[in-house]
Amino acid sequence: MSEELYKEMAQSIIDGEKEIAIELAEKSIELQMHPLDTITKGFVVGVNYIGDQFGKGEAFLPELVMAGEAMKAAVATLEPELLKLGEAREVMGRVVLATVEGDIHEIGKTLVGTMLSASGFEVYDIGVDAPAEKIIGKALEVDAQLIGMSALLTTTMVRQREVIEELDKEGLRPRIQVMVGGAPITQDWAAKIKADGTSEDAVGAVKLAKQLLGKE
Amino acid sequence: MSKNIKSISNPKLKLEVLTTEEVKKIHEATLWIIENVGVRFPSKRALEIWEANGAMVDRDKKIVRVKGDLIEEALKKCPPAYSLAARDPQQDLSLDGNHVYLGTDGCGVEVIDIHTGQKRTSCLSDVQDIARVADATEEVAFHWVAVSAQDAPVEARGLHEIKAVWENSTKHVQTESIYNIHEAKAALEMAAWIVGGKDKLRERPVLSLMQCTAPPLGHDGGSLDAALIAAEHGIPTGFMTMASCLTTGPVTMAGNLAVGNAEVIAATALLQLAYPGAPVFYAAAQTASDLRLGSYTGGGPEDYLFGAATNVLADFYNIPLSMGSFATGAKEPNWQAGIDGSLSTFMASIVMSDMLLGCGFLHGSRIWSYAEMMMDCEIFSIIHKMMQGIVVDEETLALEAIASVGPGGHYLAQKHTRKHMRDLFLPQFMDRRPYSEWETKKDDARDWATAKARKILSEHCPEALDPKISAEMKKIIQSVEK
Repeated sequence: MSEELYKEMAQSIIDGEKEIAIELAEKSIELQMHPLDTITKGFVVGVNYIGDQFGKGEAFLPELVMAGEAMKAAVATLEPELLKLGEAREVMGRVVLATVEGDIHEIGKTLVGTMLSASGFEVYDIGVDAPAEKIIGKALEVDAQLIGMSALLTTTMVRQREVIEELDKEGLRPRIQVMVGGAPITQDWAAKIKADGTSEDAVGAVKLAKQLLGKE
Repeated sequence: MSKNIKSISNPKLKLEVLTTEEVKKIHEATLWIIENVGVRFPSKRALEIWEANGAMVDRDKKIVRVKGDLIEEALKKCPPAYSLAARDPQQDLSLDGNHVYLGTDGCGVEVIDIHTGQKRTSCLSDVQDIARVADATEEVAFHWVAVSAQDAPVEARGLHEIKAVWENSTKHVQTESIYNIHEAKAALEMAAWIVGGKDKLRERPVLSLMQCTAPPLGHDGGSLDAALIAAEHGIPTGFMTMASCLTTGPVTMAGNLAVGNAEVIAATALLQLAYPGAPVFYAAAQTASDLRLGSYTGGGPEDYLFGAATNVLADFYNIPLSMGSFATGAKEPNWQAGIDGSLSTFMASIVMSDMLLGCGFLHGSRIWSYAEMMMDCEIFSIIHKMMQGIVVDEETLALEAIASVGPGGHYLAQKHTRKHMRDLFLPQFMDRRPYSEWETKKDDARDWATAKARKILSEHCPEALDPKISAEMKKIIQSVEK
């Protein structure tokens, strides 16, 4: 019986069907299935399949994004159960994402967030036009291991340096690592401002995050 | 013909990419979007103007919804044609729908050093050098700030950049790097020194401003405020949408056009509501994001189609168009760069887009390459030649010469041939040598293009800007930096 259900759960992720994923998660709670089993034997199987297909170039970004959102919804539904049992889902790491102060562009950052989430990271995306204090404040609040900052304008990318300098001043590195990104960001810039790394696209950003947190 | 400026004009080729019905549908969809979905205007001043004109304004979300007739009425006030002025009036550009003008692209962050061939971070001296090379290049009609002067302070960087271009060229300067109120006001003051007073700017706009939208359906607050300042003083201004299928726009092209159209015409209408009759242009560089990486591609069939389709929209609104072209995603001046440059520019040119942005970049408008600039310019020249089509008349049918040569023989010694031989295109960078010669030297377009740019850089002296004007501009910049 659970085998059937696990298959349906995986399929709901593969199909990117958020509502169905939530329904199935709720059903598993009713049936008193262990939430960690539900996650690892049901939903994660679907995430891994899409991840594989994506890696082979047979599934594309929208499928990955929708799988990620369905997964997020399923996990959110199961979270209260996990808490009740005093268990926690193993996460790759906790990441705070933001677009820097004075900059409102976020598509790249949003993509990175979705892909990190789909890869098992806990992502706190605090949006655009984020001042240094807000970024660092959130990182401390959630005990993040990684901050990711985006900038699209040559005039706002300097804010990335400011945040890094502040982190260094407060002795928060290397406990918190920093990756930067955005169209005008180059390897040279990342090196110049002493960021821990940069990637030109979301796929690379996930690889980088895994490397930085020693998960690769 | 303007002095040292080659533009495409009196086209003999035509292309239909959208029917009248299709354009109407896109327009109606756009009005529906603006009225029912809304566009974000994160500028206090913009919201006030919208509210004063009866639009529905959500002040918390900064989203504006406007009825179709308000938008249409406002757009009717746009001047259909006007000129961009240059330091040298012989280089003024007529945006009358019968000219295609090429500009340098912008705003990159790295440069392939012309001497070392190494990639490095861009700085103010690059802005100066690129402007000077463009000044000497006839295919370039006007400037964008090509690269970011990353060694100049952030607060006034945009001002340092336009000063640098004005000091190194007499051609029109358009900037895409001024997107806040302080720099916009200062830029106007600087431009005023060139034409002899702020009141003369409307008549002789030696500066124009381009602002990027924030797709989907959004704008940048500083950009809006800067555009309003420009519109107030008759400085031509346009909003550029880069709505991208898959990510910041619907995956289907018509929907992507509609989203970008909503951003552009809503903001354009705003300018007309504030300053009726302000010279404006439609600007666009729509694209499709990569399915695998979500990345900006710098070219593909979708881009090329948008390159032709957008002018149909701009014509519908009867305003000039600034269209993205060239700006390849290739990392080197190679096959991909050739495809991107040729197809995008052909499509944008055949429909007579007024301004093309622009030549000179690799890797999606990020890395300046002098070689790429020269090669892009040759592509523009080739398309310029193609747009002249095939003239069929008594002279070109050449019956007299044909009768004279008869069956067999050749035309090389005919007077008719000598009279018209210069009609044939003489490429600078296409390799037409014997194979053996190539085999020994193994040089190609990239080498010759680089050599040409180096020669210009070492020899060309643009007409200097009056040092008194330079000094005044410097003072203005210093006051902003304080």
